[in-house]
Amino acid sequence: MADKPSIHGLVADFDSPDKLMDAVKAARKAGYTKMEAYTPFPIHGIDDAMGAKPSILGYLVLGGSATGLTIAVLLQWWTGAVDYPLVIAGKPYFALEPSIPIIFELTVLLSAFVAVFGMIGLNGLPNLYHPIFNYSGHKGITDDRFVLVIEASDREFDATATRDFLTAQGADKLELIEA
Amino acid sequence: MAELTHAQEMKERLTPSLTTGHPTYHDVTEAVSIIAEVKTHRNWYIALAISTSITGILGLMLAYLVATGVGVWGNNSPVGWGWDITNFVFWIGIGHAGTLISAILFLFRQKWRTSINRFAEAMTLFAVACAGIYPAVHVGRPWRAYWLFPIPNEFLNMWQNFRSPLLWDVFAVSTYATVSALFWYVGLIPDLATFRDRAKTKGKQIAYGIASLGWRGSATHWKNYEKSYMILAGLSTPLVLSVHTIVSFDFAVSILPGWHTTIFPPYFVAGAIFSGFAMVVTLMVIARWIYKVEHLVTMTHLENMNKVILATGTIVGYAYATEFFTAWYSGNPYESYVFFVSRATGPYAWAYWSMISCNVISPQFFWFKKLRTSLPFMFVISIVVNIGMWFERFVIIATSLHRDYLPASWGYFRPSFVDILTFFGTFGLFITLFVFFTRFLPIIAISEVKGMMAQTHHEEHFLDEAVAASEGKQPVGVAH
Repeated sequence: MADKPSIHGLVADFDSPDKLMDAVKAARKAGYTKMEAYTPFPIHGIDDAMGAKPSILGYLVLGGSATGLTIAVLLQWWTGAVDYPLVIAGKPYFALEPSIPIIFELTVLLSAFVAVFGMIGLNGLPNLYHPIFNYSGHKGITDDRFVLVIEASDREFDATATRDFLTAQGADKLELIEA
Repeated sequence: MAELTHAQEMKERLTPSLTTGHPTYHDVTEAVSIIAEVKTHRNWYIALAISTSITGILGLMLAYLVATGVGVWGNNSPVGWGWDITNFVFWIGIGHAGTLISAILFLFRQKWRTSINRFAEAMTLFAVACAGIYPAVHVGRPWRAYWLFPIPNEFLNMWQNFRSPLLWDVFAVSTYATVSALFWYVGLIPDLATFRDRAKTKGKQIAYGIASLGWRGSATHWKNYEKSYMILAGLSTPLVLSVHTIVSFDFAVSILPGWHTTIFPPYFVAGAIFSGFAMVVTLMVIARWIYKVEHLVTMTHLENMNKVILATGTIVGYAYATEFFTAWYSGNPYESYVFFVSRATGPYAWAYWSMISCNVISPQFFWFKKLRTSLPFMFVISIVVNIGMWFERFVIIATSLHRDYLPASWGYFRPSFVDILTFFGTFGLFITLFVFFTRFLPIIAISEVKGMMAQTHHEEHFLDEAVAASEGKQPVGVAH
């Protein structure tokens, strides 16, 4: 399809999360693999229905936590006991007990940074352009429309057959969108 | 017929709906978006003019303070901490309710939090902004305030004392401010996308477009988003408990009678939640009236918050009693003196008994359903509670400091006009930030309310089936 304006996929627009969910399940059953749902709020179970893998964000955050913890221990130990040891009220230069508050805070801080910027990164944001914005009704996605896109790169994709299939699922509106 | 009663009871419990009427998803979008889309009302400019003028007073007072020195405050020897730390603890405490609503109630799956969490989180951020001013300026030379952080520099040829609770506080408050801002922003992204898609003018399209980062609501987006939100809630929960715990360490780790007590961390946390919920009630009563969102922020929400105020107010009252008991039971004359003389009968008795009336007695009215569902009554009580919580911090600080061990070093704290006007000015800042927030951002979490509606719809459907099944005397099977 190199010559023609390339097609991103076929949009099917539904008016309820249940219809979208049924359509996703039916599409999986019909052998479609490259699809994406667009919704105004998260629909529980739709990832499983689409066959998507669980988010890896949790593991990334664990890395952030470990980094924060390590920095906090090294910072307090090195500044207090190595670089500039100073006797204050007869306390030890470094001990675990008084170090815990800052260990906790830095662990939380670094974890939160990874949780937020990791999510943004995994979602490929910021990215102000995406083919879905070519769909004439895309503004409904952040309001009350539930949209399924079967992508043109899917092996099963066929402009006519896919259209018929999605019509049968009860879509209110169908539209081919450009990439 | 255990199934029948259980299913019916569950349905009963869902019936006091968290949105009144049966709004559609689009109705929710409209109700929240319209607030920021209508032509700016004249009253908004009036509110802005008043609040920025008050913020201006804050600016003038801070400029005077920095130019002259902390001597312009009423702080003296022995009362080295006065309104500066009182107001810092007051504001940071108010912030706690926002995080509690957004994080802890989220983890406990309290659906009623959904309509009020955005507003409460905004309150957290703005309160922390007001709180943050005080530690920065009370160091005396605020242009060296960065010395609080371990930043290598050419002036301070040493490191911070990481064994001091005051430094823990620096880390706790700055982490809290940062994480609260991040959490708030993550929650805002999908709603900013809604605003982007509804924007009529080029300027708004660009501004909301950039702010929403190109959010498109795909299942992949939501998958990572929900994970992120869950993790942030999980992180914020111990964080919010740690912040006031560490603030209380500023006092508890010292060896001053009246401060040196292990009850402080839970007592401070309960007090923070108490004052914060009171502030949310104050603001929510005003906001739902101005912005006509009574169907989204219902009486159920307000009543639940009043119940939290009652519970935490009672905990605070219990903590006050425990302090007296410990002072008496310890047999320590200095400890007893602080409570039985300095607080209850000494020169600060007026402040102490104001605190008791506001914090211990006033929330007890919420035992009565009629009172905790009365808008004017809860509005008054919520303000009284915050006055009481301000007095609590003042009492803890001033009464413990004003009579040192030797009578030769006794004193009395009187606020100067700079103290008073600075505190007054922080309310201006707080309100100014709110005035901007309610004009330009979604004040209710649109996508979360919709998600909650969809979930409730499913549960009701399930329960209807369960009721029908048990009435038809068919086995219901497992509950889920």
